[in-house]
Amino acid sequence: MLLEGRVWRFGDNVDTDQIIPARYLNTTDPAELAAHCMEDADPEFPGKVRPGDILVAGRNFGCGSSREQAPLSLKAAGVACVVAASFARIFYRNAINIGLPIVECPEAAGAVAQGDRIAVDLGAGVLRAGEASFRVAPFPEFMQRIIAAGGLVPYTRQKLAKEVQDP
Amino acid sequence: MGQTLAEQLLSRAAGHAVAAGEITLARVDRCLTQDGTGPLAVRRLEEAGMVQAANPAGTVLYLDHAAPSPRRELSNDHMLLREFAARVGCRLSEVGEGVCHQLMAEDHAAPGEVIIGADSHTCTAGALGAFATGMGSTDVAVGIALGMNWFRVPESFRVELSGEFSRGVYAKDVILALIGQIGADGATYKALEFGGPAVSRLAMDERLTMANMAVEAGAKVGLFPSDQETRRYLTEQGRGDAWQPLAADTDATYERVLRVDLGELEPVVACPHTVDNISLVQDVAGTPIQQVFIGSCTNGRISDLEVAAEILRGRRVHSGTRLIVVPASRRVYLEALDRGFLRIFVEAGGMVLAPGCGPCVGVHEGILGDGEASFNTSNRNFKGRLGNPEAFIYLGSPATAAATALRGRITDPREVLE
Repeated sequence: MLLEGRVWRFGDNVDTDQIIPARYLNTTDPAELAAHCMEDADPEFPGKVRPGDILVAGRNFGCGSSREQAPLSLKAAGVACVVAASFARIFYRNAINIGLPIVECPEAAGAVAQGDRIAVDLGAGVLRAGEASFRVAPFPEFMQRIIAAGGLVPYTRQKLAKEVQDP
Repeated sequence: MGQTLAEQLLSRAAGHAVAAGEITLARVDRCLTQDGTGPLAVRRLEEAGMVQAANPAGTVLYLDHAAPSPRRELSNDHMLLREFAARVGCRLSEVGEGVCHQLMAEDHAAPGEVIIGADSHTCTAGALGAFATGMGSTDVAVGIALGMNWFRVPESFRVELSGEFSRGVYAKDVILALIGQIGADGATYKALEFGGPAVSRLAMDERLTMANMAVEAGAKVGLFPSDQETRRYLTEQGRGDAWQPLAADTDATYERVLRVDLGELEPVVACPHTVDNISLVQDVAGTPIQQVFIGSCTNGRISDLEVAAEILRGRRVHSGTRLIVVPASRRVYLEALDRGFLRIFVEAGGMVLAPGCGPCVGVHEGILGDGEASFNTSNRNFKGRLGNPEAFIYLGSPATAAATALRGRITDPREVLE
Protein backbone atom coordinates (compact mmCIF):
# COMPACT_ATOMS: atom_id res chain seq x y z
CA MET A 1 0.00 0.00 0.00
CA LEU A 2 1.47 3.36 -1.08
CA LEU A 3 0.33 6.41 0.86
CA GLU A 4 1.37 9.82 -0.38
CA GLY A 5 0.37 13.02 1.33
CA ARG A 6 1.02 16.38 2.90
CA VAL A 7 2.65 16.47 6.33
CA TRP A 8 1.21 17.86 9.58
CA ARG A 9 4.00 18.12 12.15
CA PHE A 10 3.49 17.54 15.87
CA GLY A 11 5.95 17.14 18.72
CA ASP A 12 6.56 14.54 21.45
CA ASN A 13 3.93 13.13 23.82
CA VAL A 14 0.82 13.91 21.76
CA ASP A 15 -1.69 12.37 24.18
CA THR A 16 -5.14 11.03 23.36
CA ASP A 17 -6.76 13.94 25.26
CA GLN A 18 -5.26 16.19 22.57
CA ILE A 19 -6.24 13.86 19.73
CA ILE A 20 -9.87 13.78 20.88
CA PRO A 21 -10.81 15.49 24.16
CA ALA A 22 -12.98 13.51 26.61
CA ARG A 23 -15.79 16.05 26.25
CA TYR A 24 -16.51 14.58 22.78
CA LEU A 25 -16.47 10.92 23.79
CA ASN A 26 -20.22 10.56 23.74
CA THR A 27 -20.17 9.90 20.02
CA THR A 28 -18.73 7.38 17.62
CA ASP A 29 -20.10 9.37 14.66
CA PRO A 30 -17.09 9.75 12.34
CA ALA A 31 -18.05 13.25 11.18
CA GLU A 32 -18.35 14.57 14.72
CA LEU A 33 -15.11 12.93 15.85
CA ALA A 34 -13.38 14.42 12.81
CA ALA A 35 -14.74 17.88 13.59
CA HIS A 36 -12.82 17.94 16.91
CA CYS A 37 -9.76 15.88 15.97
CA MET A 38 -6.52 17.38 17.37
CA GLU A 39 -8.31 20.63 18.24
CA ASP A 40 -6.63 21.03 21.64
CA ALA A 41 -3.20 20.61 20.02
CA ASP A 42 -3.94 22.81 16.98
CA PRO A 43 -7.36 24.48 16.74
CA GLU A 44 -6.93 24.93 12.97
CA PHE A 45 -6.35 21.22 12.32
CA PRO A 46 -9.96 20.02 11.99
CA GLY A 47 -10.78 22.75 9.47
CA LYS A 48 -7.65 22.42 7.38
CA VAL A 49 -6.80 18.72 7.32
CA ARG A 50 -7.48 17.10 3.93
CA PRO A 51 -8.06 13.44 3.07
CA GLY A 52 -4.73 11.74 2.51
CA ASP A 53 -2.72 14.01 4.82
CA ILE A 54 -0.08 12.36 6.97
CA LEU A 55 0.70 13.15 10.61
CA VAL A 56 4.35 13.11 11.59
CA ALA A 57 5.10 13.30 15.31
CA GLY A 58 7.85 12.70 17.81
CA ARG A 59 8.05 10.20 20.65
CA ASN A 60 5.20 8.54 22.52
CA PHE A 61 2.37 9.44 20.14
CA GLY A 62 -1.04 8.47 21.54
CA CYS A 63 -0.03 8.24 25.18
CA GLY A 64 -2.63 8.51 27.92
CA SER A 65 -6.23 7.40 27.84
CA SER A 66 -7.16 4.12 26.13
CA ARG A 67 -9.92 5.82 24.14
CA GLU A 68 -10.25 4.13 20.76
CA GLN A 69 -12.01 7.27 19.54
CA ALA A 70 -8.48 8.74 19.17
CA PRO A 71 -7.42 6.66 16.13
CA LEU A 72 -11.04 6.67 14.95
CA SER A 73 -11.08 10.47 14.86
CA LEU A 74 -7.81 10.61 12.91
CA LYS A 75 -9.13 8.08 10.42
CA ALA A 76 -12.43 9.96 10.14
CA ALA A 77 -10.57 13.23 9.55
CA GLY A 78 -8.99 11.61 6.51
CA VAL A 79 -5.52 11.11 7.94
CA ALA A 80 -3.96 8.40 5.78
CA CYS A 81 -1.13 7.43 8.08
CA VAL A 82 0.59 8.46 11.31
CA VAL A 83 4.39 8.43 11.35
CA ALA A 84 6.04 8.83 14.76
CA ALA A 85 9.36 8.27 16.44
CA SER A 86 7.47 5.94 18.78
CA PHE A 87 3.90 5.09 19.78
CA ALA A 88 2.30 4.46 23.14
CA ARG A 89 1.22 0.86 23.59
CA ILE A 90 -2.56 1.12 23.77
CA PHE A 91 -2.78 3.53 20.81
CA TYR A 92 -0.63 1.14 18.75
CA ARG A 93 -3.04 -1.74 19.36
CA ASN A 94 -6.09 0.43 18.81
CA ALA A 95 -4.79 1.74 15.48
CA ILE A 96 -4.24 -1.80 14.19
CA ASN A 97 -7.64 -2.89 15.48
CA ILE A 98 -9.47 -0.15 13.59
CA GLY A 99 -7.28 -0.17 10.46
CA LEU A 100 -5.40 3.13 10.75
CA PRO A 101 -1.92 2.71 9.21
CA ILE A 102 0.84 3.73 11.63
CA VAL A 103 4.58 3.69 11.05
CA GLU A 104 7.41 3.93 13.55
CA CYS A 105 10.35 5.84 12.05
CA PRO A 106 12.46 8.04 14.36
CA GLU A 107 14.71 9.18 11.51
CA ALA A 108 11.83 10.49 9.39
CA ALA A 109 10.19 12.06 12.43
CA GLY A 110 13.32 14.17 12.82
CA ALA A 111 13.70 15.04 9.14
CA VAL A 112 10.36 16.18 7.71
CA ALA A 113 8.62 19.53 8.15
CA GLN A 114 5.07 20.87 8.14
CA GLY A 115 3.71 20.94 4.60
CA ASP A 116 6.30 18.56 3.11
CA ARG A 117 5.01 15.85 0.82
CA ILE A 118 6.06 12.35 1.78
CA ALA A 119 5.28 8.86 0.57
CA VAL A 120 4.98 5.77 2.76
CA ASP A 121 5.20 2.39 1.08
CA LEU A 122 3.88 0.03 3.75
CA GLY A 123 4.57 -3.12 1.73
CA ALA A 124 8.18 -2.26 0.93
CA GLY A 125 8.77 -0.69 4.36
CA VAL A 126 10.10 2.57 2.93
CA LEU A 127 9.28 6.21 3.65
CA ARG A 128 10.36 8.81 1.05
CA ALA A 129 10.68 12.51 1.77
CA GLY A 130 12.10 14.46 -1.17
CA GLU A 131 15.49 12.97 -1.97
CA ALA A 132 15.73 11.13 1.33
CA SER A 133 14.38 7.69 2.00
CA PHE A 134 14.07 5.87 5.29
CA ARG A 135 13.48 2.24 6.26
CA VAL A 136 10.45 1.66 8.45
CA ALA A 137 10.06 -1.35 10.66
CA PRO A 138 7.48 -3.84 9.40
CA PHE A 139 4.68 -4.95 11.72
CA PRO A 140 5.27 -8.21 13.52
CA GLU A 141 3.78 -11.09 11.55
CA PHE A 142 0.95 -11.64 14.03
CA MET A 143 -0.22 -8.06 13.60
CA GLN A 144 0.06 -8.27 9.82
CA ARG A 145 -2.45 -11.10 9.97
CA ILE A 146 -4.85 -8.92 11.97
CA ILE A 147 -4.43 -6.10 9.44
CA ALA A 148 -4.92 -8.50 6.52
CA ALA A 149 -8.14 -9.76 8.09
CA GLY A 150 -9.44 -6.19 8.27
CA GLY A 151 -9.02 -5.61 12.00
CA LEU A 152 -9.32 -7.51 15.25
CA VAL A 153 -13.03 -8.24 15.13
CA PRO A 154 -12.99 -9.99 11.74
CA TYR A 155 -9.73 -11.71 12.69
CA THR A 156 -11.30 -12.89 15.90
CA ARG A 157 -14.35 -14.22 14.16
CA GLN A 158 -12.16 -16.14 11.72
CA LYS A 159 -9.55 -17.48 14.08
CA LEU A 160 -9.95 -16.95 17.79
CA ALA A 161 -13.54 -18.13 17.84
CA LYS A 162 -12.53 -21.31 16.05
CA GLU A 163 -9.74 -21.96 18.54
CA VAL A 164 -12.07 -21.41 21.47
CA GLN A 165 -14.43 -24.04 20.12
CA ASP A 166 -11.74 -26.35 18.80
CA PRO A 167 -8.48 -25.72 20.67
CA MET B 1 15.54 -19.94 34.15
CA GLY B 2 13.34 -18.02 36.54
CA GLN B 3 10.31 -16.00 35.54
CA THR B 4 9.35 -12.44 36.23
CA LEU B 5 5.94 -11.94 37.80
CA ALA B 6 4.61 -10.80 34.41
CA GLU B 7 5.88 -14.01 32.79
CA GLN B 8 4.41 -16.14 35.59
CA LEU B 9 0.98 -14.56 35.31
CA LEU B 10 0.77 -14.76 31.51
CA SER B 11 2.14 -18.32 31.52
CA ARG B 12 -0.69 -19.40 33.81
CA ALA B 13 -3.25 -17.65 31.62
CA ALA B 14 -1.77 -19.06 28.39
CA GLY B 15 -1.66 -22.60 29.75
CA HIS B 16 2.02 -22.99 28.92
CA ALA B 17 5.30 -21.26 29.79
CA VAL B 18 5.86 -18.00 27.92
CA ALA B 19 8.80 -15.62 28.04
CA ALA B 20 9.25 -11.89 27.45
CA GLY B 21 8.89 -10.95 23.79
CA GLU B 22 6.53 -13.80 22.86
CA ILE B 23 3.04 -13.17 21.56
CA THR B 24 0.48 -15.49 23.06
CA LEU B 25 -3.22 -16.07 23.38
CA ALA B 26 -4.27 -16.03 27.00
CA ARG B 27 -7.35 -16.49 29.14
CA VAL B 28 -8.84 -13.26 30.46
CA ASP B 29 -10.44 -13.52 33.91
CA ARG B 30 -12.05 -10.09 34.06
CA CYS B 31 -13.02 -7.35 31.64
CA LEU B 32 -14.09 -3.84 32.44
CA THR B 33 -15.32 -0.88 30.49
CA GLN B 34 -16.39 2.57 31.63
CA ASP B 35 -18.98 4.96 30.28
CA GLY B 36 -16.55 6.68 27.88
CA THR B 37 -15.35 3.46 26.26
CA GLY B 38 -18.16 0.96 26.95
CA PRO B 39 -20.63 2.15 24.30
CA LEU B 40 -18.03 1.64 21.57
CA ALA B 41 -17.28 -1.86 22.88
CA VAL B 42 -21.01 -2.67 22.79
CA ARG B 43 -21.28 -1.40 19.20
CA ARG B 44 -18.29 -3.53 18.19
CA LEU B 45 -19.96 -6.63 19.62
CA GLU B 46 -23.20 -5.79 17.84
CA GLU B 47 -21.37 -5.25 14.52
CA ALA B 48 -19.64 -8.59 14.93
CA GLY B 49 -22.82 -10.42 15.88
CA MET B 50 -21.22 -11.40 19.20
CA VAL B 51 -23.62 -9.92 21.75
CA GLN B 52 -22.44 -12.25 24.48
CA ALA B 53 -20.20 -12.41 27.53
CA ALA B 54 -18.04 -15.50 27.92
CA ASN B 55 -17.83 -14.81 31.64
CA PRO B 56 -20.71 -12.57 32.75
CA ALA B 57 -19.64 -12.56 36.42
CA GLY B 58 -16.18 -11.36 35.41
CA THR B 59 -17.45 -8.59 33.17
CA VAL B 60 -18.24 -5.21 34.74
CA LEU B 61 -19.51 -2.10 32.96
CA TYR B 62 -18.81 0.92 35.16
CA LEU B 63 -20.62 4.25 35.04
CA ASP B 64 -18.07 6.60 36.57
CA HIS B 65 -16.52 9.04 34.10
CA ALA B 66 -19.60 11.21 33.64
CA ALA B 67 -21.57 10.30 36.72
CA PRO B 68 -24.04 11.80 37.43
CA SER B 69 -24.39 12.57 33.74
CA PRO B 70 -24.10 16.22 32.71
CA ARG B 71 -25.70 15.80 29.24
CA ARG B 72 -28.48 13.87 27.54
CA GLU B 73 -26.07 12.16 25.11
CA LEU B 74 -24.11 10.72 28.02
CA SER B 75 -27.32 9.74 29.82
CA ASN B 76 -28.28 7.82 26.69
CA ASP B 77 -24.87 6.09 26.73
CA HIS B 78 -25.57 5.05 30.32
CA MET B 79 -28.91 3.60 29.20
CA LEU B 80 -27.18 1.69 26.40
CA LEU B 81 -24.76 0.12 28.89
CA ARG B 82 -27.53 -0.77 31.35
CA GLU B 83 -29.46 -2.48 28.55
CA PHE B 84 -26.40 -4.40 27.36
CA ALA B 85 -25.62 -5.59 30.89
CA ALA B 86 -29.20 -6.81 31.29
CA ARG B 87 -29.07 -8.56 27.91
CA VAL B 88 -25.85 -10.54 28.48
CA GLY B 89 -26.22 -10.87 32.25
CA CYS B 90 -22.96 -9.14 33.15
CA ARG B 91 -22.42 -6.75 36.05
CA LEU B 92 -23.18 -3.05 35.92
CA SER B 93 -21.75 -0.58 38.40
CA GLU B 94 -24.18 2.28 38.78
CA VAL B 95 -23.66 6.02 38.94
CA GLY B 96 -22.46 6.89 42.43
CA GLU B 97 -20.79 3.58 43.26
CA GLY B 98 -17.31 4.87 42.44
CA VAL B 99 -14.32 4.76 40.12
CA CYS B 100 -13.91 1.52 38.18
CA HIS B 101 -10.35 0.82 39.33
CA GLN B 102 -11.10 1.36 43.01
CA LEU B 103 -14.16 -0.90 42.79
CA MET B 104 -12.21 -3.52 40.85
CA ALA B 105 -9.70 -3.59 43.72
CA GLU B 106 -12.34 -3.64 46.46
CA ASP B 107 -14.73 -6.17 44.92
CA HIS B 108 -13.13 -8.29 42.23
CA ALA B 109 -9.42 -8.30 41.39
CA ALA B 110 -7.40 -11.15 42.84
CA PRO B 111 -3.77 -12.25 42.72
CA GLY B 112 -2.97 -14.38 39.67
CA GLU B 113 -5.76 -13.07 37.46
CA VAL B 114 -5.56 -11.46 34.03
CA ILE B 115 -7.70 -8.35 33.80
CA ILE B 116 -8.21 -6.18 30.73
CA GLY B 117 -10.07 -2.91 30.79
CA ALA B 118 -11.06 -0.25 28.31
CA ASP B 119 -9.41 2.35 30.47
CA SER B 120 -5.69 2.96 30.61
CA HIS B 121 -5.56 2.93 34.42
CA THR B 122 -6.75 -0.68 34.55
CA CYS B 123 -3.14 -1.32 35.58
CA THR B 124 -4.18 -0.22 39.10
CA ALA B 125 -5.11 -3.82 39.98
CA GLY B 126 -1.48 -4.82 39.48
CA ALA B 127 -1.16 -3.76 43.12
CA LEU B 128 -2.95 -7.01 44.01
CA GLY B 129 -0.66 -9.18 41.89
CA ALA B 130 -3.04 -9.34 38.92
CA PHE B 131 -1.84 -8.89 35.34
CA ALA B 132 -4.09 -5.91 34.73
CA THR B 133 -3.75 -3.75 31.64
CA GLY B 134 -5.60 -1.15 29.64
CA MET B 135 -6.71 -1.71 26.07
CA GLY B 136 -9.12 -0.12 23.61
CA SER B 137 -12.82 -0.82 23.24
CA THR B 138 -12.40 -3.37 20.43
CA ASP B 139 -9.79 -5.39 22.34
CA VAL B 140 -11.94 -5.45 25.46
CA ALA B 141 -15.03 -6.31 23.40
CA VAL B 142 -13.18 -9.39 22.16
CA GLY B 143 -12.22 -10.22 25.74
CA ILE B 144 -15.83 -9.90 26.88
CA ALA B 145 -17.20 -12.09 24.09
CA LEU B 146 -14.58 -14.82 24.11
CA GLY B 147 -12.87 -14.67 27.49
CA MET B 148 -9.48 -14.39 25.86
CA ASN B 149 -7.21 -12.10 23.86
CA TRP B 150 -3.66 -11.87 22.59
CA PHE B 151 -0.77 -10.49 24.58
CA ARG B 152 2.82 -9.68 23.92
CA VAL B 153 4.64 -10.80 27.04
CA PRO B 154 6.41 -7.68 28.29
CA GLU B 155 10.00 -7.36 29.38
CA SER B 156 10.15 -6.22 33.00
CA PHE B 157 11.82 -3.37 34.81
CA ARG B 158 12.46 -4.17 38.45
CA VAL B 159 11.90 -1.20 40.76
CA GLU B 160 13.83 -1.95 43.92
CA LEU B 161 12.41 0.03 46.84
CA SER B 162 14.33 0.51 50.07
CA GLY B 163 14.30 2.86 53.04
CA GLU B 164 11.43 4.61 54.80
CA PHE B 165 9.44 7.70 53.92
CA SER B 166 10.52 11.00 55.42
CA ARG B 167 7.83 13.28 56.82
CA GLY B 168 5.60 14.78 54.11
CA VAL B 169 6.56 12.20 51.47
CA TYR B 170 4.06 9.64 50.18
CA ALA B 171 3.56 6.89 47.58
CA LYS B 172 2.47 9.53 45.05
CA ASP B 173 5.84 11.24 45.36
CA VAL B 174 7.60 7.92 44.70
CA ILE B 175 5.76 7.17 41.49
CA LEU B 176 5.97 10.76 40.24
CA ALA B 177 9.71 10.86 40.93
CA LEU B 178 10.14 7.54 39.12
CA ILE B 179 8.21 8.78 36.06
CA GLY B 180 10.29 11.96 36.12
CA GLN B 181 13.42 9.85 36.14
CA ILE B 182 12.57 7.47 33.29
CA GLY B 183 10.21 9.71 31.29
CA ALA B 184 6.62 9.47 30.04
CA ASP B 185 7.70 6.78 27.56
CA GLY B 186 10.51 5.31 29.66
CA ALA B 187 8.73 2.01 30.21
CA THR B 188 6.65 1.76 27.02
CA TYR B 189 5.47 -1.84 26.45
CA LYS B 190 7.25 -2.95 29.67
CA ALA B 191 6.08 -4.29 33.01
CA LEU B 192 7.11 -2.32 36.08
CA GLU B 193 7.65 -4.83 38.89
CA PHE B 194 7.99 -3.34 42.35
CA GLY B 195 10.15 -5.18 44.83
CA GLY B 196 12.81 -4.74 47.47
CA PRO B 197 12.84 -4.50 51.26
CA ALA B 198 10.41 -1.55 51.46
CA VAL B 199 7.59 -3.26 49.56
CA SER B 200 6.27 -5.28 52.50
CA ARG B 201 5.85 -2.00 54.43
CA LEU B 202 3.73 -0.39 51.71
CA ALA B 203 0.01 -0.54 52.46
CA MET B 204 -2.40 -1.60 49.70
CA ASP B 205 -3.64 1.99 49.29
CA GLU B 206 -0.05 3.04 48.56
CA ARG B 207 0.52 0.15 46.16
CA LEU B 208 -2.67 1.03 44.28
CA THR B 209 -1.44 4.62 43.85
CA MET B 210 1.85 3.43 42.40
CA ALA B 211 0.47 0.68 40.14
CA ASN B 212 -2.17 3.14 38.89
CA MET B 213 0.45 5.44 37.42
CA ALA B 214 2.62 2.76 35.74
CA VAL B 215 0.92 3.68 32.46
CA GLU B 216 2.14 7.27 32.83
CA ALA B 217 5.61 5.90 32.09
CA GLY B 218 4.15 3.94 29.17
CA ALA B 219 4.13 0.63 31.04
CA LYS B 220 1.68 -2.14 30.25
CA VAL B 221 1.32 -3.17 33.86
CA GLY B 222 2.61 -2.18 37.32
CA LEU B 223 2.98 -5.29 39.47
CA PHE B 224 3.37 -5.88 43.18
CA PRO B 225 3.96 -9.29 44.76
CA SER B 226 1.00 -10.83 46.56
CA ASP B 227 2.03 -10.97 50.21
CA GLN B 228 0.64 -10.63 53.74
CA GLU B 229 -0.50 -7.07 53.05
CA THR B 230 -2.44 -8.34 50.02
CA ARG B 231 -4.00 -10.96 52.26
CA ARG B 232 -4.88 -8.35 54.90
CA TYR B 233 -6.51 -6.11 52.28
CA LEU B 234 -8.52 -8.91 50.68
CA THR B 235 -9.66 -10.10 54.09
CA GLU B 236 -10.74 -6.56 54.96
CA GLN B 237 -12.83 -6.53 51.78
CA GLY B 238 -14.40 -9.85 52.77
CA ARG B 239 -12.48 -11.75 50.07
CA GLY B 240 -9.70 -13.41 52.07
CA ASP B 241 -10.22 -16.68 50.18
CA ALA B 242 -9.09 -14.99 46.95
CA TRP B 243 -5.56 -14.64 48.33
CA GLN B 244 -2.60 -16.66 47.17
CA PRO B 245 1.07 -15.78 47.54
CA LEU B 246 2.88 -14.66 44.39
CA ALA B 247 6.32 -13.29 43.72
CA ALA B 248 8.80 -13.15 40.88
CA ASP B 249 11.39 -15.92 40.86
CA THR B 250 14.61 -14.80 42.49
CA ASP B 251 16.56 -15.62 39.31
CA ALA B 252 14.19 -13.81 36.95
CA THR B 253 15.71 -11.69 34.18
CA TYR B 254 15.00 -7.96 34.13
CA GLU B 255 15.69 -5.57 31.28
CA ARG B 256 16.53 -2.85 33.75
CA VAL B 257 16.78 -2.42 37.51
CA LEU B 258 15.88 0.91 39.07
CA ARG B 259 16.65 1.63 42.72
CA VAL B 260 14.66 4.05 44.83
CA ASP B 261 15.55 4.91 48.43
CA LEU B 262 12.28 6.21 49.87
CA GLY B 263 14.20 8.09 52.53
CA GLU B 264 15.93 10.26 49.96
CA LEU B 265 12.71 11.49 48.33
CA GLU B 266 11.10 14.88 48.87
CA PRO B 267 7.59 16.06 47.97
CA VAL B 268 7.34 16.51 44.19
CA VAL B 269 4.85 17.88 41.69
CA ALA B 270 4.21 17.17 38.00
CA CYS B 271 3.98 20.52 36.23
CA PRO B 272 1.94 21.22 33.06
CA HIS B 273 1.49 19.57 30.54
CA THR B 274 3.22 16.19 30.91
CA VAL B 275 3.40 13.81 33.86
CA ASP B 276 7.17 13.50 33.58
CA ASN B 277 7.67 17.26 34.02
CA ILE B 278 8.64 16.80 37.67
CA SER B 279 9.82 19.50 40.06
CA LEU B 280 10.42 19.54 43.79
CA VAL B 281 7.44 21.18 45.47
CA GLN B 282 9.78 23.73 47.02
CA ASP B 283 10.95 24.79 43.54
CA VAL B 284 7.44 25.70 42.36
CA ALA B 285 6.07 26.78 45.76
CA GLY B 286 4.04 29.98 45.55
CA THR B 287 2.41 29.23 42.16
CA PRO B 288 -1.21 30.49 42.47
CA ILE B 289 -3.86 27.74 42.33
CA GLN B 290 -7.58 28.37 41.80
CA GLN B 291 -8.83 24.79 42.26
CA VAL B 292 -7.69 21.78 44.26
CA PHE B 293 -9.05 18.31 43.47
CA ILE B 294 -8.50 15.51 45.98
CA GLY B 295 -9.78 12.19 44.65
CA SER B 296 -9.52 9.78 41.66
CA CYS B 297 -8.36 6.19 41.20
CA THR B 298 -4.87 7.45 42.07
CA ASN B 299 -5.52 9.15 45.41
CA GLY B 300 -9.20 9.02 46.40
CA ARG B 301 -8.87 6.29 49.02
CA ILE B 302 -9.49 6.51 52.75
CA SER B 303 -5.84 6.97 53.69
CA ASP B 304 -5.60 9.82 51.17
CA LEU B 305 -8.66 11.55 52.63
CA GLU B 306 -7.26 10.96 56.12
CA VAL B 307 -4.00 12.76 55.32
CA ALA B 308 -5.88 15.68 53.75
CA ALA B 309 -8.35 15.88 56.65
CA GLU B 310 -5.53 15.98 59.20
CA ILE B 311 -4.09 19.00 57.42
CA LEU B 312 -7.42 20.76 56.92
CA ARG B 313 -8.92 20.05 60.37
CA GLY B 314 -10.06 23.32 61.94
CA ARG B 315 -8.60 25.40 59.12
CA ARG B 316 -10.07 27.28 56.16
CA VAL B 317 -9.36 26.82 52.46
CA HIS B 318 -7.88 29.99 50.92
CA SER B 319 -10.54 32.43 49.72
CA GLY B 320 -9.34 32.39 46.10
CA THR B 321 -9.30 28.59 45.85
CA ARG B 322 -12.04 25.99 45.38
CA LEU B 323 -11.53 22.59 47.05
CA ILE B 324 -13.26 19.59 45.48
CA VAL B 325 -13.07 16.23 47.28
CA VAL B 326 -14.30 13.06 45.57
CA PRO B 327 -14.09 9.76 47.49
CA ALA B 328 -13.13 7.00 45.05
CA SER B 329 -15.96 4.67 46.07
CA ARG B 330 -19.10 4.48 48.16
CA ARG B 331 -17.20 2.44 50.75
CA VAL B 332 -14.55 5.14 51.01
CA TYR B 333 -17.26 7.82 51.19
CA LEU B 334 -19.05 6.07 54.05
CA GLU B 335 -15.87 5.50 56.02
CA ALA B 336 -14.84 9.13 55.52
CA LEU B 337 -18.30 10.12 56.69
CA ASP B 338 -18.09 7.94 59.79
CA ARG B 339 -14.62 9.20 60.67
CA GLY B 340 -15.59 12.85 60.32
CA PHE B 341 -13.33 13.63 57.36
CA LEU B 342 -16.15 14.90 55.14
CA ARG B 343 -17.27 17.31 57.84
CA ILE B 344 -13.71 18.63 58.07
CA PHE B 345 -13.61 19.26 54.31
CA VAL B 346 -16.97 21.02 54.25
CA GLU B 347 -16.24 23.10 57.36
CA ALA B 348 -12.97 24.14 55.74
CA GLY B 349 -14.95 25.50 52.80
CA GLY B 350 -14.56 22.54 50.44
CA MET B 351 -17.10 20.54 48.45
CA VAL B 352 -17.61 16.76 48.58
CA LEU B 353 -18.96 15.24 45.37
CA ALA B 354 -20.40 11.81 44.59
CA PRO B 355 -17.98 8.87 44.26
CA GLY B 356 -16.69 8.65 40.68
CA CYS B 357 -14.00 10.15 38.49
CA GLY B 358 -14.97 13.71 39.38
CA PRO B 359 -13.06 16.48 37.61
CA CYS B 360 -10.19 14.17 36.52
CA VAL B 361 -11.29 13.65 32.94
CA GLY B 362 -12.80 17.07 32.18
CA VAL B 363 -16.29 15.94 31.22
CA HIS B 364 -18.14 17.46 34.16
CA GLU B 365 -17.53 18.82 37.66
CA GLY B 366 -14.80 21.40 37.97
CA ILE B 367 -13.93 22.44 34.43
CA LEU B 368 -11.35 25.22 34.61
CA GLY B 369 -11.54 28.74 33.18
CA ASP B 370 -8.99 30.23 30.77
CA GLY B 371 -5.63 30.66 32.45
CA GLU B 372 -6.71 28.97 35.68
CA ALA B 373 -4.55 26.41 37.43
CA SER B 374 -5.65 23.31 39.30
CA PHE B 375 -3.70 21.14 41.75
CA ASN B 376 -4.91 17.54 41.47
CA THR B 377 -4.17 14.27 43.21
CA SER B 378 -5.14 12.45 40.00
CA ASN B 379 -2.80 11.00 37.38
CA ARG B 380 -2.82 13.24 34.28
CA ASN B 381 -2.01 16.88 33.66
CA PHE B 382 -2.36 16.85 29.87
CA LYS B 383 -3.35 20.02 28.10
CA GLY B 384 -7.15 20.18 28.04
CA ARG B 385 -7.56 17.35 30.53
CA LEU B 386 -9.81 19.42 32.80
CA GLY B 387 -11.97 20.46 29.87
CA ASN B 388 -10.02 23.54 28.85
CA PRO B 389 -6.81 23.62 26.80
CA GLU B 390 -6.15 27.16 28.13
CA ALA B 391 -5.80 25.86 31.71
CA PHE B 392 -2.91 24.39 33.73
CA ILE B 393 -2.80 21.25 35.86
CA TYR B 394 -0.31 20.28 38.58
CA LEU B 395 -0.21 16.81 40.16
CA GLY B 396 0.92 15.82 43.62
CA SER B 397 0.09 13.97 46.82
CA PRO B 398 -3.05 14.54 48.90
CA ALA B 399 -0.89 16.22 51.56
CA THR B 400 0.57 18.68 49.05
CA ALA B 401 -2.92 19.26 47.65
CA ALA B 402 -4.38 20.01 51.09
CA ALA B 403 -1.50 22.33 51.98
CA THR B 404 -1.98 24.07 48.62
CA ALA B 405 -5.71 24.49 49.27
CA LEU B 406 -4.96 26.21 52.58
CA ARG B 407 -2.57 28.75 51.10
CA GLY B 408 -4.05 29.17 47.59
CA ARG B 409 -0.64 28.54 46.11
CA ILE B 410 1.54 25.48 45.78
CA THR B 411 2.78 24.69 49.28
CA ASP B 412 5.20 22.15 50.70
CA PRO B 413 3.10 19.94 53.01
CA ARG B 414 5.90 19.90 55.58
CA GLU B 415 5.06 23.55 56.30
CA VAL B 416 1.55 22.72 57.50
CA LEU B 417 1.80 19.18 58.90
CA GLU B 418 1.34 19.10 62.66
